[in-house]
Amino acid sequence: MNVFSVQNVSYSYGSKKALDDVTIELEAGRFCALLGPNGAGKSTLFNLLTHLFVTRQGSIRIAGYDLAREPRKALARLGVVFQQPTLDLDMSVAWNLSYFAALQGLSGAHVKKRIEAVLDRLDMRERAKEKVRALNGGHRRRMEIARALIHEPEVLLLDEPTVGLDAASRTAITAYAHDLADSGLLIFWATHLVDEIRPADDVVVLHKGQVLAHDRASVLAGGGSLVDAFTALTRDTAREGERKVAI
Amino acid sequence: MTAYLVALKAIVLREAWRFLNQRSRFLSALVRPMVWLVVFAAGFRAALGLSIIPPYQTYITYEVYIVPGLCGMIQLFNAMQSSLSLVYDREMGSMRLLLTSPLPRGWLLFCKLLAGTAVSILQVYVFLALAAVFGIKMPATGYVYVFPALIVSGLMLGALGLLISSTIRQLENFAGVMNFVIFPMFFLSSALYPLWKMQESSKLLRDICAVNPFTHAVELIRFALYGQFNGFSLLWVTVAFIVCLLGALWGYDPARTMLRRKLG
Repeated sequence: MNVFSVQNVSYSYGSKKALDDVTIELEAGRFCALLGPNGAGKSTLFNLLTHLFVTRQGSIRIAGYDLAREPRKALARLGVVFQQPTLDLDMSVAWNLSYFAALQGLSGAHVKKRIEAVLDRLDMRERAKEKVRALNGGHRRRMEIARALIHEPEVLLLDEPTVGLDAASRTAITAYAHDLADSGLLIFWATHLVDEIRPADDVVVLHKGQVLAHDRASVLAGGGSLVDAFTALTRDTAREGERKVAI
Repeated sequence: MTAYLVALKAIVLREAWRFLNQRSRFLSALVRPMVWLVVFAAGFRAALGLSIIPPYQTYITYEVYIVPGLCGMIQLFNAMQSSLSLVYDREMGSMRLLLTSPLPRGWLLFCKLLAGTAVSILQVYVFLALAAVFGIKMPATGYVYVFPALIVSGLMLGALGLLISSTIRQLENFAGVMNFVIFPMFFLSSALYPLWKMQESSKLLRDICAVNPFTHAVELIRFALYGQFNGFSLLWVTVAFIVCLLGALWGYDPARTMLRRKLG
């Protein structure tokens, strides 16, 4: 069974269509990049996946639970790293994590162990008592991922998680996300940076609210570079659009 | 502990800790009513004659009259401050954490409300203690009876703040809240002058004051401070609380376009 299923989802802001009949099915243990230029509809899709928006057109299932019918069960199996920072800068790393666990309704010794485990995995355990304000940008991002993993989700959504980071931090976070996928989590990673994607990753190309392609990165690249394939795909639709307008 | 209580405890502790750590906010929350009490009331007492009106059983000085209104003012400012921080939280990501939690959204917003109310009650008690130091004391039991009144008034004003935060699109728009909510609510109420005094100058203004929920929050506090129960004010404040809370829940409903515009 697919752990992540988006079926025929459409969404409009007034008369402007942001998503048009989007269908994406993904299995557990995969790293899937949602690739699209700015304005492709990535953020709208993320807002729908996290139940910040709802739509009547189409359905979304997380770990088998329909987001519209059983939002609480679906959200409990979803971890989200937003583009915006969510941590309280003046609270310690550990307090931020236990606060988030409490928002999930979790507390006690199990949560404490879980916090230690996620911090260990990110080499951040010795910084648990420090205020988030004392961390650099790369470490804050790692903390955001740690936060999103506290409740042991099955699906992890990351909305352009490397924006504003230096090259070393970007590489480290991208590698970590791939490790998480190898350990059985589904990683759904929105980006417009092609170099974050490995040949074996799944890629969904979203452009102007439509899925233009969904395949392994190596297949999409077709022996060439993924950048060229991506540029060609998005350029072709732009031309097609122009032709339609001309007709 | 159930999941609901875990979230409640975490949200209340976080809000209280944030408030106590923001020293300037704590200080200004106390200085504001103290300036009104010590400076404004002292100057005003000569100009305003007060007759004996319930719950008072004797002539009182203006400083004594104004204390419940200032308790209400503390809660009003605190509610607007919480509302402001909600708008800020939404521009940052922490509001998204709350809205994407598997616990019911209504419960989490209610936890926020309770947390804000707890912080405002803390401020009110510190203010009442300072007022006592300045010689303005209430009956001893009044300090106990006022507690439930402060919970109800704090929840009502907090729900109003929540409603406002759900309608504001950007942080910059918040200045308007000062002009169009805080000042009219405070001045068009019985906080600074009794309603009969207002009637002497304008019947219309008196009527506006009489329907203002803030008037009833102040009267609820005033009566409770003297060990009395004002049922009509409680009813009025409760109705206002329910209306504001339902409005806020509507505003934060993901199916509505209001949230969509602000997050999008």
